[in-house]
Amino acid sequence: MSRIRVLVGTRKGAFVLEADGKREDWRIEGPFFAGWEIYHAKGSPADPQRLYASQSSGWFGQQIQRSDDGGRTWNPMGNAFVYDGVPGTHQWYDGTPHPWEFARVWHLEPSRDDPDSVYAGVEDAALFHSRDGGATWGELAGLRGHGSGASWQPGAGGMCLHTILLDPVDARRIYAAISAAGAFRSDDGGATWKPINRGLRSAQIPDQDAEVGHCVHRIAMHPSRPHTLYMQKHWDVMRSDDAGESWREVSGNLPTDFGFPIEVHAHEPETIYVVPIKSDSEHFPIDGQLRVYRSRTGGDEWEALAEGLPQRDCYVNVLRDASSIDSLDPCGVYFGTTGGQVYVSADAGERWTPIVRDLPAVLSVEVQTLP
Amino acid sequence: MIRVVLPAHLRTLARVDGEVRVEALPTQRAVLDELEARFPVLCGAIRDRVTQRRRPFVRFFACERDLSHDSPDAPLPAEVATGEEPFLVVGAMAGG
Repeated sequence: MSRIRVLVGTRKGAFVLEADGKREDWRIEGPFFAGWEIYHAKGSPADPQRLYASQSSGWFGQQIQRSDDGGRTWNPMGNAFVYDGVPGTHQWYDGTPHPWEFARVWHLEPSRDDPDSVYAGVEDAALFHSRDGGATWGELAGLRGHGSGASWQPGAGGMCLHTILLDPVDARRIYAAISAAGAFRSDDGGATWKPINRGLRSAQIPDQDAEVGHCVHRIAMHPSRPHTLYMQKHWDVMRSDDAGESWREVSGNLPTDFGFPIEVHAHEPETIYVVPIKSDSEHFPIDGQLRVYRSRTGGDEWEALAEGLPQRDCYVNVLRDASSIDSLDPCGVYFGTTGGQVYVSADAGERWTPIVRDLPAVLSVEVQTLP
Repeated sequence: MIRVVLPAHLRTLARVDGEVRVEALPTQRAVLDELEARFPVLCGAIRDRVTQRRRPFVRFFACERDLSHDSPDAPLPAEVATGEEPFLVVGAMAGG
């Protein structure tokens, strides 16, 4: 029977949750790296025992940890994230030029076919790549250098590159998303980039449909349809069917289209999930009712999924990297909250149960489906 | 021989217990150079990799004095140089 491993990053360490394919009885290991913020941990699709974790601290900076045994033991790898050449400046909150400064790694994206190849999205926004299992890192500087970088500005959470999607068909195509700059695509393995934000509208910027400046929160893709992208923007849920060349809004009947994560069902590329959050200043569910919304039509028409989720007095948030899916049938859906709960639905969202209730605030959730 | 006391998180990272003893000239820079040479995992954890500036929330104490704002090339107190007193690397207090 298949097994499930859930990698949970929190404000105060990492946890590894494991269960068999029934997804009912869970073993919880951790905290690993206790006291450190684990912005993200993810396994290699090419070698599920190879895990990478971003360990950071406001006091002691950034570490990259690697496990080669599925999370039982970890070793620190390289943490030299040095911008290529003279880093230049981006806009600061007050509109003045501000030098690019490395703060932390938000997201790690292992290659689909090489366990030693892994990408890192960092704050201040840039994309790094390691070809030696995380020992050394080099910037893919064409992203910051493509022309608009000097105009990028941080959102309230910092100027972070938080989403990296590797095209499963075209190995040279990479997508990245940055708050608050927007979405970008490379068709040559990361050497050159272009913004892909046509169709986005953001009331929070002076030119609402500007080429860059949008606060993209998350992008998701189904591997069988790499030209179709789904986006949870600051406000608005969006869809592209041409690899990001154009976007249209699919928020439809959502009670609020603000939110952070977005996921695609493992076997149904038109079934997507979001967690609506009341607003950009009220980062909690509407009316204290935690609900996942699912669309089986690729957007526009949404249904609330609430069974098993708290329906009163719930004021948690679900952050952009804090949801994931497994590839069992039926597909499992997972998310973690800033209140420390990790929920699972083993039936594609119909019913939810907490795996664990009282972890530190959850920053990231990644699921591995193991043979 | 200079005795260095690391904060708990950095002892865990470096996989050491208790004090670290280093042979170095009695300056912050020389002590940190030696520490980082012996424990590469500490590179970037105490001072910035590029600028070599102390990380904002790291403090250096010794002999009941805050040496954090001293020049990295200033001599450490004689008691630190002789090993009589330790050089303390401390995570700054955080409220809230």
